[in-house]
Amino acid sequence: MTDTRIQSDPKPRGPFTTWLSMLWADKLAFFAALFLLVALLCAIFGPWLMGDLATKQNLRGRNAPPFDLARGWLMILGADALGRPLLPRIVVAAQNTLMVAGAAVLCSAVVGCGLGLIAGYSRKRAAQWIMRLGDVIMSFPSLLLAVIVLYMLEPSVANIVLVLAITRIPVYLRTTRAEVLEVRERMFVQAARVMGASDRRIIFRHILPVVLPTLLTIATLDFAFVMLAESSLSFLGIGIQPPEITWGLMVAQGREYLTTAWWLSFWPGLAIIGTTLSLNLLSNWMRIALDPAQRWRLEMRGRKND
Amino acid sequence: MTDHLLEVRDLSVEFHTAAGTVKAVQNVSWHLDRGETLAILGESGSGKSVSASAVMNLIDMPPGRITSGQILLNGQDMLVMTAEQRRQINGCKIAMIFQDPLAHLNPVYSVGWQIAEMVTTHGGTRDKAQARALDLLRRVGIPEPELAMRKYPHQFSGGQRQRLMIAMALACKPDILIADEPTTALDVTVQAQVLELLEELQRETGMGLLLITHDLGVVAEIADRVVVMNGGQIVETGNAAEVYRNPRHPYTRKLIDAAPGKGQMPVERDRTGQPLLRAERLTKSYGAFHALKGVDLTIMPGETVAVVGESGSGKSTLARAILRLDDPDGGRILYRGDDLMAMAPRQLFGLRRDLQMVFQDPTQSLNPRMTVFQLISEAWVIHPDILPKAQWKDRAADLLVKVGLRPEMAARYPHQFSGGQRQRIAIARALAMEPKLIVCDEAVSALDVSIQAQVIELLDGLRREFGLSYLFIAHDLPVVRDFADRVVVMKSGEIVEEGPVRQIFDAPRHPYTRALLSASLDPDPVVQAARRTARQLETA
Repeated sequence: MTDTRIQSDPKPRGPFTTWLSMLWADKLAFFAALFLLVALLCAIFGPWLMGDLATKQNLRGRNAPPFDLARGWLMILGADALGRPLLPRIVVAAQNTLMVAGAAVLCSAVVGCGLGLIAGYSRKRAAQWIMRLGDVIMSFPSLLLAVIVLYMLEPSVANIVLVLAITRIPVYLRTTRAEVLEVRERMFVQAARVMGASDRRIIFRHILPVVLPTLLTIATLDFAFVMLAESSLSFLGIGIQPPEITWGLMVAQGREYLTTAWWLSFWPGLAIIGTTLSLNLLSNWMRIALDPAQRWRLEMRGRKND
Repeated sequence: MTDHLLEVRDLSVEFHTAAGTVKAVQNVSWHLDRGETLAILGESGSGKSVSASAVMNLIDMPPGRITSGQILLNGQDMLVMTAEQRRQINGCKIAMIFQDPLAHLNPVYSVGWQIAEMVTTHGGTRDKAQARALDLLRRVGIPEPELAMRKYPHQFSGGQRQRLMIAMALACKPDILIADEPTTALDVTVQAQVLELLEELQRETGMGLLLITHDLGVVAEIADRVVVMNGGQIVETGNAAEVYRNPRHPYTRKLIDAAPGKGQMPVERDRTGQPLLRAERLTKSYGAFHALKGVDLTIMPGETVAVVGESGSGKSTLARAILRLDDPDGGRILYRGDDLMAMAPRQLFGLRRDLQMVFQDPTQSLNPRMTVFQLISEAWVIHPDILPKAQWKDRAADLLVKVGLRPEMAARYPHQFSGGQRQRIAIARALAMEPKLIVCDEAVSALDVSIQAQVIELLDGLRREFGLSYLFIAHDLPVVRDFADRVVVMKSGEIVEEGPVRQIFDAPRHPYTRALLSASLDPDPVVQAARRTARQLETA
């Protein structure tokens, strides 16, 4: 199957190489992608490789300082209040953190964007209902909502994802609707209507591609917000339950030792910052790479480097 | 080395862009004397605005860079002056008005305040400024100037806004007024009035007027001398009438030949048989505003019907109603005898193929994220019965060749084309449907004159080849003269006159048609001078 594809594509550079060279043209985005790849690998293989190490207590090494190789390389980032090494803990926590944040962002983005498209495109009563629903969620303090829901339901990963997703829906809903209202009046949408295009075609072929870059940018910003929201829920004790760990929970747990052992909160915090920063840089690159009118910026710089 | 009021010598300006260095103008020299009108004529991308921007210090540096030359105001080189000296000159000695007045008036301040501000910025007291603003408003012909002082820009019409801009520009009694396409966005009758106002003011104040335009008619109406620019260089310069009579450079000749309204008018066709499309007593209102007040229209197969009218006349509403983009409030639209209004959506979907539209601005009517091939083949995705998928590539290549583009352009995106080429893509897209009637809503008015002529020629050729009918909507009469079979003149939602093109142009009956004809500008300065005297006699 791959053979036929290569034969039918006479160009010397396949699509994969083209994208890679465009990524290389933006060095920041390239390293951001690299960082995210590492984080992703940690999330997939981390618990399997280091699961036991991360929970092994060593009370003699309580709050062991970082950069001390005498205790072995696992302690390079120091150890927490129960003497558990921080490096394996961060690696293992990547799975829960990325899974919760990723799933919550994905759910809220898909639902919010879908509802926003409906609300923006149809001028019927459904649009009114959707917008008022958004207002209701918006007017409710999201943390309060989460507390109530998680108090009634069992605090599990699925429920946390559900709560976080619901509270973030209005962001996507409102942005999508506002953009759709503007794009639907553009001439090329009218032109498609003259050709007899169905509503579904107009929405997915003409409107969505224009709205998508904005949504991607919001989604990456939201990723950071959701990670922090999850950590505050965990801090309140209704989020992820120990011994399960997330980066946010680690930051929260290190809070009481901030004056004596800063590394407890610092390293997981750094992981959160690194992830959101990388996502931001990558989404910025993606916005340019996906826009045919802007793409030359990346292609040109790539040529210069040759 | 005589003393000119303003002289540009050997000016070269470069812009550094991603695609490399662009030489916007090269070694351009011209001069302007007191009481004189100089027109810089050129098409988009010719660099006609660049030298004026250099005079006003409006070039962003970087990416722009002035590589050589001098700009002399009363013999002093402005390019070596300090920023503060330049600021003192701008607005005070040299003032400028723009194409789109709404974009250059601040929407949150009253116009009286904005005009007075021009005076106070250059050191006048508040009271004096107020009095001067009132004077100016009266002078540029704004009705009820005392009341107008407190009004905001959105409360004025397009022509009045341009008058406001002129009032602002004149606030400091400048020696030079630079007008960048001052009437391009205005209706023909309003355009004539604004140009007349500029001429009067020039006679009164003796200022030098530098006019930047793409329109030969504007040059003929107002300019003493003309500088013709192409590709960043001056190709010809001289007395306006002289240049029109004896153009020396091939580009000037091409530009003059491309001016619409000189060809043979088509002979009247036989109008018996079943009409292709018939609109009966169409009405449409937006709130209290009646956009259409009972309009009747008939288009025969293979016929071109032009609908001409100024902004707000309802011509675009008519086009949108016929295509059922907006449903009219009342009346009937019969396509080959079937009522479009009474049709079910499924039937209407089949008819969509037959009725196509080409929009005014191809930049907006082509989806920027689709390649040319995707744009053209969308027709066949939506209507799969037109063409089997295996033939899409060949047919798209065919269509591109038909509209004068190359088949390999199919892989490109719209932004990689010029305005004229984009409009050709839009036409190819309409043709992909194999329609019977194409509605052209101001399809050529956003294009340069020479491109305009090419696109009209293309449409004319396609009409003969495919037996198409056109409903051609325009605000400009000369454009439709050598193209349309019949002309319909609309005013405030009503048809005031309708007839074969010869009758409308040679023997107009309605006063409004006559006003439109006399207000439209002829590219010939001699003809235009005769019209002007006739107009002045009429008003006197």
